[in-house]
Amino acid sequence: MKSIKEKVIESILFACALITVLTTLGIIWVLLSESYSFFSEVSLGEFLTDKEWTPLFSQKHFGIMPLVTGTLLTTFIAICVALPMGLTIAVYLNEYAPKGIRKTVKPILEILAAVPTVVYGFFALVVVTPFLQSIIPGLSGFNALSPGIVMGIMIIPFISSLSEDALAAVPKTLREASYGMGATKLQTSFKVLIPAASSGIIASVILALARAIGETMIVAIAAGQQPRLTFDPTVPVETITTYIVQVSMGDVPHGSLEYKTIFAAGITLFALTFLLNNISFWINKRYQQKYE
Amino acid sequence: MSESQSESSFKIEAKNIDVFYGEKQVLKDVNMPIEGNTVTALIGPSGCGKSTFLRLFNRMNDYIDVFHKKGEILIDGKDIYRKKTNVEELRKSVGMVFQKPNPFPKSIYDNIAYGLRIQGINKKSLLDEIVEKSIRQAALWDEVKDNLKKSALALSGGQQQRLCIARTLAVEPSVILMDEPASALDPISTAKIEELIQELKEQYTILIVTHNMQQAGRISDKTGFFYMGDLVEFDETQQIFTNPKNERTENYISGRFG
Ligand SMILES: Nc1ncnc2c1ncn2[C@@H]1O[C@H](COP(=O)(O)OP(=O)(O)O)[C@@H](O)[C@H]1O
Ligand SMILES: [Mg+2]
Repeated sequence: MKSIKEKVIESILFACALITVLTTLGIIWVLLSESYSFFSEVSLGEFLTDKEWTPLFSQKHFGIMPLVTGTLLTTFIAICVALPMGLTIAVYLNEYAPKGIRKTVKPILEILAAVPTVVYGFFALVVVTPFLQSIIPGLSGFNALSPGIVMGIMIIPFISSLSEDALAAVPKTLREASYGMGATKLQTSFKVLIPAASSGIIASVILALARAIGETMIVAIAAGQQPRLTFDPTVPVETITTYIVQVSMGDVPHGSLEYKTIFAAGITLFALTFLLNNISFWINKRYQQKYE
Repeated sequence: MSESQSESSFKIEAKNIDVFYGEKQVLKDVNMPIEGNTVTALIGPSGCGKSTFLRLFNRMNDYIDVFHKKGEILIDGKDIYRKKTNVEELRKSVGMVFQKPNPFPKSIYDNIAYGLRIQGINKKSLLDEIVEKSIRQAALWDEVKDNLKKSALALSGGQQQRLCIARTLAVEPSVILMDEPASALDPISTAKIEELIQELKEQYTILIVTHNMQQAGRISDKTGFFYMGDLVEFDETQQIFTNPKNERTENYISGRFG
């Protein structure tokens, strides 16, 4: 009797796992097959080296790089905001804050990641951009800087929460060793705890990076939709995700080359996040051994 | 004199120490005067308050929320718990070696240099000199001199513990606290550490918690026997081991309980 029940449960669990795997495989399959037919019309060389991305214009260019730089630029700005803030918060919560504060602040911070991104997008467009324009003359209404910063705020909890966990997991004996030598809390945090927790902190950063690379709404609203090969944060750019949305929402006929560009863009995005995942896996493996 | 400062002719003196964790009293009216350049062993069954007592001298108990104490701990005649005390400065002169070797996940060199660097000493030649001197003092030099850049975690347990001692010596404290420093080590490493303690006595005042009666007998000048928060007996080690005044001390050292 019991064994039947167990078997049923087991097969349900298995089915759940199977669905996830199949979905992933399905996505990869669609991406691959559609991009395959894209790349039979546009060479990989052109895709990677052409400096313009204008599939929707009459003068068509299929260089993905402007979208890649747009993505990397906004992501980089976001990390420049999120890493110092997130790490500072993590250190504060871990080393300075009384237990009660830590217990309340952490979940409150995590709300930041739960705010609908469309809200962030409008916040960037109607609050942050005008504010930045008052400081930076010549900042255009759509730019990489403002959504980058706002995205950075959004991903702070990824870094602060996970890094705090990593700091808290550093053995108490190391902390005591440092205090015992006459180190202050600040010295202990930066010279012992952060290095010892580095693998966890790096993992948190990579997670945050992946989130920023995949973020769509904020950049779609506030970065402009102009693919441009530049690292200038003050001018409009377009990210890979924004482009995909733009085309999927537009009236491009299914099956056309223009339509297939979104799969080529999609697979590029996939490659970027896949790369990040691998880096994080590799870092974890590498540092874990050293640490124990 | 504006500041209330107790006079003491001893290097260290614990006066009327009561310690509580919340409601629970774990040390009861402990008095222990300790002369400079001696080794004092603290013995007693586990849970009797030895570690708590030891950690009073570098204020390591401060991190425990429920900890509070009464009485005074004088080092060089000054109460280290008075408001003016700079705890970081105190810990530079009162070093600690822990039960489990706890090197930082850094190189051997960086482990030793840590205490100096946090004091703002960054001059390479000076660091090199002190690192070598401290490792030599801890009788570890021959074993590690060729791989100072190697991770400290790659050393054996005994080597790690000597590294931790070297790390403590590098900042030139005057007092060294040791909490069962050899309890996690093999007999050969233990012998090395004991030998080391004998040598260090020339320059430092050492307090050592130990579970090992023979060890206490071999290395210490004075021994304090704790039992359930009381310092039952405190005397010359020789006296404690050959002719204890208290029956509980006698039972404990003869191994009848513990
Ligand atoms: N952080 C703490 N909070 C509450 N009680 C503690 C704490 N640390 C130790 N104690 C209690 O204080 C007593 C003395 O502990 P300790 O000083 O570690 O003894 P010993 O080192 O002699 O084994 C024990 O009863 C122990 O349970
Ligand atoms: Mg103990």
